[in-house]
Amino acid sequence: MSIIVSAIGQGLTWGIVGIGLFLTFRILDFPDMTVEGTFPMGAAACVAAIYHGFSPLTATIIAFAVGMLAGFVTGILYTKGHIPVLLAGILVMTAAYSVNFRIMNRANLSLYGKPSMLKNSFLESLPPYFDSVTLGLIFVTVVTVLIIYFLQTNLGQAFIATGDNPTMARSLGISTDGMQIMGLSVSNGLIALGGALVAQNNGFADVNSGIGVIVVALASIIIGEVIFGDLTMNERLIAVTIGSILYRFVILIVLKLGFNANDLNLISAIVLALFMMFPVFEKRFRLRHTFTRGLSSHD
Amino acid sequence: MTEPIFELRDVVVTVNQGTPEEINIMDHVNFAIYPGDFITILGSNGAGKSTLFNVVGGNIHVTSGQILLHGKDITNMSVERRTHFLSRVFQDPKMGTAPRMTVAENLLLSMKRGQRRGFGPRHLKQNMGKFKEITAVMNNGLEERLNTATGKLSGGQRQALSFLMATIKRPEILLLDEHTAALDPQTSQELMNATNDQITRNHLTCLMITHHLDDALKYGNRLIVLDNGKITYDIAGDEKDNLTKEELLSFFNEIEE
Repeated sequence: MSIIVSAIGQGLTWGIVGIGLFLTFRILDFPDMTVEGTFPMGAAACVAAIYHGFSPLTATIIAFAVGMLAGFVTGILYTKGHIPVLLAGILVMTAAYSVNFRIMNRANLSLYGKPSMLKNSFLESLPPYFDSVTLGLIFVTVVTVLIIYFLQTNLGQAFIATGDNPTMARSLGISTDGMQIMGLSVSNGLIALGGALVAQNNGFADVNSGIGVIVVALASIIIGEVIFGDLTMNERLIAVTIGSILYRFVILIVLKLGFNANDLNLISAIVLALFMMFPVFEKRFRLRHTFTRGLSSHD
Repeated sequence: MTEPIFELRDVVVTVNQGTPEEINIMDHVNFAIYPGDFITILGSNGAGKSTLFNVVGGNIHVTSGQILLHGKDITNMSVERRTHFLSRVFQDPKMGTAPRMTVAENLLLSMKRGQRRGFGPRHLKQNMGKFKEITAVMNNGLEERLNTATGKLSGGQRQALSFLMATIKRPEILLLDEHTAALDPQTSQELMNATNDQITRNHLTCLMITHHLDDALKYGNRLIVLDNGKITYDIAGDEKDNLTKEELLSFFNEIEE
């Protein structure tokens, strides 16, 4: 039971990372690799800030700001420097590795004996793992609500239009450069926020924790899309978090089968590949048709 | 004489500068647009029609010369800033609309053309009545599809939508870049008629590129012909009204030689 609760807690926290990636990957249609650098950057910044005596909440907000800064740099390289967005992201990701070392002065830093947002009397009074579920739920809800509100504003609509058709957006006077920089900044801010929360959950930050982040976040997005199909924008944002939780269940099952934690990146990649190929399988084997027929009564 | 809205003064655009392929795709062009002008633009491929639109729209930087709006120099004004007074309908139906956004959302975006967009709510519902009204004018069922993603519309509906988006907030200058060329003859004709209605009824100032001599003669109050980056022909008013297709054809044959 507790293992399932733990998976839900992780799924909720990683849902924030998925929503961050959704902004660039789905709305702007950008393959942004920066995230593999900003996730550990958020973790490093948060833990280092706690070491420097900042409150855990302030440290988490600092992590968000630091992530935004990294995304901002990618945005500038892409829009003003005319470096392809994939390469711009890889550059910042690579640079971030060194920066993260500088932030912590070492490869990993434990929060043992230090405060964290999980260490308060209310969360500690909950049954095991419900603390991370509660914290994850609060953050993912706030983030989802804010993003949904933002996307319904005039600025948010201009942001969506930029990803949908940049030529048209420019012809309506929308600064597509500005929108892209903003999207990359907010997206990476959210991913760093996710990194900060995961670090507090795990009790440490590690410079190598970025590897595979893009695959895990993408898996959340794709699983949500494959399972729920056609949705409105708001529903799709919620589906990301549900996809993130389902992904954790898949990992849980795979681990039960006897794989160990070091196999996780291989498994994550396979899970994502399978879900991304779902439309191909569906066409070939008429999967959805078979499922719906199997679920409906015979007539 | 009324003052021109917009002026090109001795504008030159040179490409491949400093190479053997150096060429002026816009060659010392002087051109003034007056309020209420509906100018049809003819010219063979590569004559400079698109270059003219891109110079007006700010998509191409001029090599030399001046661009004036109401007498004020705007030569270096960005594309985004120019949308404040300018709107444009592209030839390709895919270019003018956001495919994953609905018809209503697209219209809403275009209502704020050239304006600042902030954190205020978008007010989609409050505008639905207005959208229903203006889309109904196009007579092609667009008003029934306000909540449909534009990617699912027919080419004709998408172009009609693009045209509405370009005019919902009145532009000082409207650029139509062969906006009916990608459509079948029937749809093309319907959209052309609707376009003409809207432009004449609202006294819009408009530049329209076309490949059809008939359309160029039938619509508008002024006609220009471009050739090799120069305006080689520019007639207006009665002179244009009395121009026949034969005269225009013989003129075209001359420049071909």
